[in-house]
Amino acid sequence: MEKKIGVYICKGCGIGEALNVDELKKATAGGAKIAADVIREHDILCSPAGLEMIHNDIKEGTNCIVVGACSPRVKFEEFDFPGTITERVNIREFIAWTMEPQNEDTQSVAEDYIKMGVIKVQKGDVPTPNILGDLSNAIMVVGGGITGITAALEAANAGYKVILVEKEAELGGWSAKLYKETPRVYPYDKLDEPRIFDKIKELEAHPDITIYKSTIVEKTDGQPGLFDVTLKTNGTSQTIKVGAFVMAAGWKPYDATKLGHLGYGHPNVITNVQMEEIAKKGKITRPSDGKEAKNVAFIQCAGSRDANHLPYCSSFCCGTSLKQAKYVREKSSDAVAMIFYKDIRTPGQTELFYKNMQNDPGVLLTKGDVTAVTDAGNGNLYVEAENTLLGEKIKVEADLVVLATGIVPATRATQEYFDALTEVGKKGDDAKKAFLEETPKPDSILNLTYRQGPEIPTLEGAYGFADSNFICFQYETRRTGIYTAGCVKQPMTMSDAADDAAGAALKAIQCVEHVAKGMAVHPRAWDTTFPDPMLIKCTACKRCTEECPFGAIDEDEKGIPAYRLNRCRRCGTCMGACPERIVSFKDFSVDIVGSMIKGIDVPDEGYRVIVLACENDAYPALDSAAIKKMKLHPSVRIIPVRCLGSTNLVWVTDALSRGIDGLILLGCKYGENYQCHFVKGSELANYRFEKLQETLSKLQLEADRCQLMQVAISEYDKLPAMIDDFMKRIDEVGPNPFKGF
Amino acid sequence: MAEHKKVLVIGGGFSGLTAAVETAEAGFEVIIVEKTPYFGGRVTQLNKYFPKLCPPNCGLEMNFKRVKNSGDITFYTLAEVEKISGQEGNYDVTIKLSPRFVNDKCVGCNACAEACPVEMSNDFNFGLNKTKAAYITHNQAFPFLYAIDGKNCKGSSCGKCAEACKYDAIELDMKPQTINVNVGSIVMATGWDIYDISKLDNLGGGKLANVISNMQMERLASPNGPTGGKILRPSDNKPAKNIAFVQCAGSRDENHLPYCSYICCMASMKQATYLRDQYKDSKASIFYIDLRTPGRYEQFYWKVKEDPNVSFTKGKVAGITEDPETRDLIVEVEDIMAGKKIKVKFDMVVLAAGMVPSTKTAKIPGDVSYTPDGFVAAASLKKGMYAVGTLKSPVDVARSVQDATGVAIKSIQSARR
Repeated sequence: MEKKIGVYICKGCGIGEALNVDELKKATAGGAKIAADVIREHDILCSPAGLEMIHNDIKEGTNCIVVGACSPRVKFEEFDFPGTITERVNIREFIAWTMEPQNEDTQSVAEDYIKMGVIKVQKGDVPTPNILGDLSNAIMVVGGGITGITAALEAANAGYKVILVEKEAELGGWSAKLYKETPRVYPYDKLDEPRIFDKIKELEAHPDITIYKSTIVEKTDGQPGLFDVTLKTNGTSQTIKVGAFVMAAGWKPYDATKLGHLGYGHPNVITNVQMEEIAKKGKITRPSDGKEAKNVAFIQCAGSRDANHLPYCSSFCCGTSLKQAKYVREKSSDAVAMIFYKDIRTPGQTELFYKNMQNDPGVLLTKGDVTAVTDAGNGNLYVEAENTLLGEKIKVEADLVVLATGIVPATRATQEYFDALTEVGKKGDDAKKAFLEETPKPDSILNLTYRQGPEIPTLEGAYGFADSNFICFQYETRRTGIYTAGCVKQPMTMSDAADDAAGAALKAIQCVEHVAKGMAVHPRAWDTTFPDPMLIKCTACKRCTEECPFGAIDEDEKGIPAYRLNRCRRCGTCMGACPERIVSFKDFSVDIVGSMIKGIDVPDEGYRVIVLACENDAYPALDSAAIKKMKLHPSVRIIPVRCLGSTNLVWVTDALSRGIDGLILLGCKYGENYQCHFVKGSELANYRFEKLQETLSKLQLEADRCQLMQVAISEYDKLPAMIDDFMKRIDEVGPNPFKGF
Repeated sequence: MAEHKKVLVIGGGFSGLTAAVETAEAGFEVIIVEKTPYFGGRVTQLNKYFPKLCPPNCGLEMNFKRVKNSGDITFYTLAEVEKISGQEGNYDVTIKLSPRFVNDKCVGCNACAEACPVEMSNDFNFGLNKTKAAYITHNQAFPFLYAIDGKNCKGSSCGKCAEACKYDAIELDMKPQTINVNVGSIVMATGWDIYDISKLDNLGGGKLANVISNMQMERLASPNGPTGGKILRPSDNKPAKNIAFVQCAGSRDENHLPYCSYICCMASMKQATYLRDQYKDSKASIFYIDLRTPGRYEQFYWKVKEDPNVSFTKGKVAGITEDPETRDLIVEVEDIMAGKKIKVKFDMVVLAAGMVPSTKTAKIPGDVSYTPDGFVAAASLKKGMYAVGTLKSPVDVARSVQDATGVAIKSIQSARR
């Protein structure tokens, strides 16, 4: 489109008092080389009269709008001009509210900001969505337990075709093996019938659901909307096209053979899973002699909350043991159930069930650490415990012992296998070959043909659980269009798993709907831009394919990146990674930001420092400091970026060679509890920064001139001082020697 | 595609916001109503989340951005549902909009608050300080518009705010409005209130100055709170370095709340880290019945437990009294593992007060039944009406998000006919 620029400067909210707007307009016309008559001002730009002025210009053909007013975080409805390229230049929060009024330095900040805004609309373009052809909106659900079945039903009931894949011959998973369920409704005193069987019936009768039993996913190729999934059923393979996945591969009980210290191996020491099988058959009988068990001991946290086994709580076992105690009591009125626990964990309303069970005189609850389970003759067992409430050691006899074993996610085995493979791979090809020959390969779940590996990355430090890293966003996996649900995410009860399944089904639906419109999914769900690499200039360095946090870029046989657009979340990490600077978005590119940086006036006297600020957290934090009217150093120029991962080093070297005295990269906290929605944005930026030190010293520049700062949105109160400290350091190292060249 | 019905979400806390943005991003139009002037609910009042210790305003900011960028969400603040009639696919809802006395021309400059002569208790900070009757709760509030408290404002007889406002944003004669909407489904996400600690007589709640609730502790530790994030005790604003956390304050107690409030164990451990991070010589003592850190939260417990200045004592607190001289507190507790009663002195006591569903006091004006504790009896809900998160049982933010996302799919099933 032919661009017609309009620049609008607001004088309200203290801007008119802080700045000489006439001078600013003149400087903009001169500096940005645009006609003086398209630069307008208004006392209150967001007022009806101010907006009318802009709308009138739009009617006259203005299509590139620079709004020099408040932060883009406010007045977003007022300054929304569809069909135009609009750039909000924040001269209220970043200048009027934070800098000395009517001061030469302050004035030059405004001149730079407006000029950068003009450059941005000159260089940018209106995005047109890239919609790939021949898309499928079918949802594939992997796993036919309570989670998978619930996800399938919810998606199908919302109007989508569903394909459900179960590796076993029967549907239902663990929930079909239960005798009863823990109470689900108030007053939580009656055990409920397993809900799974009705659900299976509904599933099998649903016209929009296709079920594959005894089937595994052999291979998953492609991307959201265009996944080609090869299924293998009893040796026969077929390929099905789907749009998105819910991955609900479930869990395995912790291997009880590792619980010898709790007596496992003795025929009358069983797991909670075995207890369900027994109860389902009728009376509570014990394996050794089929005698009815009258004194049943339950040992909680059998493997769970134990540094030697599972360092987490398995969440469902307290409720399950209370339920099984009720089996014991209901099936035989003179039977006794003894529960040994560390803490009873019945959160929320399940507490009411616990209270009901406490009121049963035949249920004995004992806090203590079980130290030994030994044979007592006649098939009976002694359970010994210490640290009990009375402070003494106790020893009781039971005729059946139930170990409340916990949850191991199905994702753990594959994760461990591939971790080990990566480790051994570092030792060379021979070691790798030997490993592959010797180690049995665990069943794959999705077997993605992605360059970054065949399974969904599990959460670091989460013992193989494929969970979201974010409390606020429970469905942020690192593979777009593949949403995990249920116990592959974390230990949870059946009811929680069913709720979780519904959520994952919704995310899968959103994904197919968004790719159909050429839009990104969370966290940039509104975004229709996309990375558009000029591959003809690619040198196949593989940085983008390695660094993409979402595995969106594969490689062709020559090592040239093959973008799978629908996997992309639009963070720009590839743009930051590329040494050839060939990756661009319509409104965000190496050239756009680079040109903005070049637009900054670098005077011979005084410092200039650029702050590249992550727009998710760092930018709102700067705004928040401004709202508190904290002072911002007038030497800094803030430029928002999608994510620090999109920072291309050429910006840094260009800035320094132009005489900019320093750069701050302001981004999210990284490490174990990282906050970056693009996983490693600030960490990658830091890594690239470190690599840059060498270049800096070649240019005889001090490494101190560049610093990455991690900041949380709540730390706005510390930000101005952090920047001032940086300025002090710049003052110590002195002006950039390239100044004036 | 057939015309879809809209979805109504009642409540703009994290659950309601999640339900709204998730529904909208699936391609449906959403109306969300919030009864206070701001979105974000309880989460905006928290300093950090457990177990990551990350700031809740980060996720809120992102959800606000989703609301701003979605063309499919209409939102109302100071809005309450008055009447619901109809059935799945066709609900008629009456919404009452209370006056904000500030219109959309507000630019957030603070001139009205500076001019306002009326001071009132700051509810956002649970009464720990005062605010003006023309106010904004905090600097990351959404929408970023001031509000005037109708109960405390003297109205046009004062009018100082209107004089101070250069933007014609004050309308002291603003009237309540009623709007009617037709929607296909209704998501109820009206959240929870903290249990009133003044009912905990033996623990000195509401009586002893230095006995505060866990939510008050969040405000004390928040950079945008009444003390700028300093943990100071209310009686004399001195640093509170030796703090007792009393678990199950009201919860798991037949005389108060019979259920477990789910979040309080993790919350107290988290608050112990606030204290330990702030003062090197501080001590946190946690008194509990059972420690409930389900799932991977267990790891957080282990990490907190490693700190020798955080102690865990199993035992129910019997009573709290005050030393009238120092205003220090004496906590009397039965140490169950040691088998004896102990008395310990503290600078401040934080009561891990429980969750009360908002529907305990404010019922949904439609066909909804409740348990005696005020929770929505979800199984008996009419088709097309869905309850989220803490309206069904106490849960944390993570589970509220899961549930709200799950309810979003139900709401579109009801709205797509």
